Amino acid sequence: MGKPAIHIENLTKRYGAGDTAVDALKGVNMTIWPGEVVGLVGPSGSGKSTLLKCLGAVIEPTSGKMQLGGETIFDGAWKIDDLRTLRRDRIGFVFQAPYLIPFLDVTDNIALLPMLAGVPNTQARIRARELLDALDVGHRAHAQISELSGGEQQRVSIARALANHPPIILADEPTAPLDSERALTVVRILNQMAQQYQTAIIVVTHDEKIIPTFKRIYHIRDGRTYEEAGEGRDA
Amino acid sequence: MINLASRDILHSWGKFVFTGAGLGLLIGVTLTMAGVYRGMVDDAQAMINNAGADLWVVQQDTLGPYAEPSSIHDDVARDLLGQQGVLAVGNVTYLTMQIQQGGKDMRIMLVGVEQGKPGEPAYLVAGRPITRTHYEALADIKTGLTLGERIQIRRHSYTVVGLTRRMVSSSGDAMVFVPLKDAQEVQFLKDNDALLNERARTAANPAFNRVPGVLDAVLAGQTSSHMVNAVLVRIKTGFDDQELARQIRRWKHLQAYTQEQMEEILVAKLIATSAKQIFMFLVILSIVSAAIVAFIIYTMTLNKIREIAVLKLVGAGNQTISGMILQQALGLGLIGFLVGKTAATLWAPLFPKYVLLIPGDAVRGFLLVMLMCSLASLFAIRAALRIDPATAIGG
Repeated sequence: MGKPAIHIENLTKRYGAGDTAVDALKGVNMTIWPGEVVGLVGPSGSGKSTLLKCLGAVIEPTSGKMQLGGETIFDGAWKIDDLRTLRRDRIGFVFQAPYLIPFLDVTDNIALLPMLAGVPNTQARIRARELLDALDVGHRAHAQISELSGGEQQRVSIARALANHPPIILADEPTAPLDSERALTVVRILNQMAQQYQTAIIVVTHDEKIIPTFKRIYHIRDGRTYEEAGEGRDA
Repeated sequence: MINLASRDILHSWGKFVFTGAGLGLLIGVTLTMAGVYRGMVDDAQAMINNAGADLWVVQQDTLGPYAEPSSIHDDVARDLLGQQGVLAVGNVTYLTMQIQQGGKDMRIMLVGVEQGKPGEPAYLVAGRPITRTHYEALADIKTGLTLGERIQIRRHSYTVVGLTRRMVSSSGDAMVFVPLKDAQEVQFLKDNDALLNERARTAANPAFNRVPGVLDAVLAGQTSSHMVNAVLVRIKTGFDDQELARQIRRWKHLQAYTQEQMEEILVAKLIATSAKQIFMFLVILSIVSAAIVAFIIYTMTLNKIREIAVLKLVGAGNQTISGMILQQALGLGLIGFLVGKTAATLWAPLFPKYVLLIPGDAVRGFLLVMLMCSLASLFAIRAALRIDPATAIGG
């Protein structure tokens, strides 16, 4: 077995200081392998979003250790200077709402990420078209975002997350605005993409419909994680 | 790399065009204000150039005849003609007055000129010069008068025999030229009632009745005038206007101004207050325009908080985001300038006073608008750079 895509040891995050300090994460441990889709489940205020922000290098943890693909990126402090490049090249994001750029068409919403990484425009657009085809929305390549359905928008946002072929995708309640059928379709796509691109995907959710589809689930409660084997039912 | 600013503008072009048009009208007003000032300067210069004089000889210690009243005797002209280097002289009177024409009030500058002498319009666009000694007039086309039309000026009626162009006072009043004698009568003579009253008063004064003939001479003086406002002098080639002016000032006890000095009086003194007034308007309009651009760009940026947060989260640099906002501000400025320039060009001829829009002002205006938009975008850029990428992630 190779190196884990994500490895976290005793990760903590404290907001504020003194009497008003709040410990959002109290020692999180987590290991996720390439090609794996795991669920991160917990009630509101349990620390899901804080963990996602730490993993996404958006906020700085207070202590602990984080490794991506075997490389230590945090060990009491950031070990990488350019977090923006880290996010761009190694982490994909899928949000609760698609948050696509409304003034770019479907292809350019995806191609923008490789372009930001310096990939020439033509190549970036070819890559975008490949992803759109893989996600079954190739026929909407030149549509405006406002012309897409909710499910199509979420597929495009998954394609955007995959645009730079990142080893990790962080999905923050990606099925929340969708009905059961579309929600299961999104999970099926995420599983396919994880297999196809060997991407590790963490899906934050409290959507009862999709929880049974995960093979492994991390429960988070009061800032601590508890691992559980999932049912791994087909989506 | 995709140009995010142009894509956003194209996506919501209606909003940009309408906002730019609103800003453009403000820019149009600013350009027009500059045009009003240029028009005033140009009117002043046109008046000086069209007078066809090298020197203006006026009453001592005055800035006449345009900026201050000046009154000298008309025989001074003969005296000046004898001066070495003088080619031609012409007596002139200037009087700004209100006349009625076709039931409408009209403000004009009545100019009394001598036929074939300095002071007459340099060229006519229609008709012929004044050939009779009385009751003929030349009018600027701005008056709306036509050839053969009759105008009433005080007691007499005048026939328009010729039309001129760009013959206006520094206040923008169109000039009407009449023979000098007629103009002197209009300017210096009293009305019939006043004359009757004055004759009675003079006749009752015992001082005028002691020696026979004195009263008649005094009364005759009251019914004729030999005063003019200025004598315009044309100099022979090869003579220095400054030197001649100096000699006139020294030996004739009169004031003499060269063309350059007269221009200085008109531009720096006569219209200086108006220029300052316009400059203040320009400053205020520029500040208001900048504030509006800043507000619009700031609001547009705040409306894109989520998109900007996503862009930052997925790795877009500060340069990409700042560039997008700056380019949008410049785009808005460009639309505004085009609308403003077009609006100013279209409405300038409708102004009652001459509005001169010069390319130099347009270029300066464009650069100022771009600078203003760049500065105005700084607030929005600052706000955008402070957006936390974590905003894109819920919780």
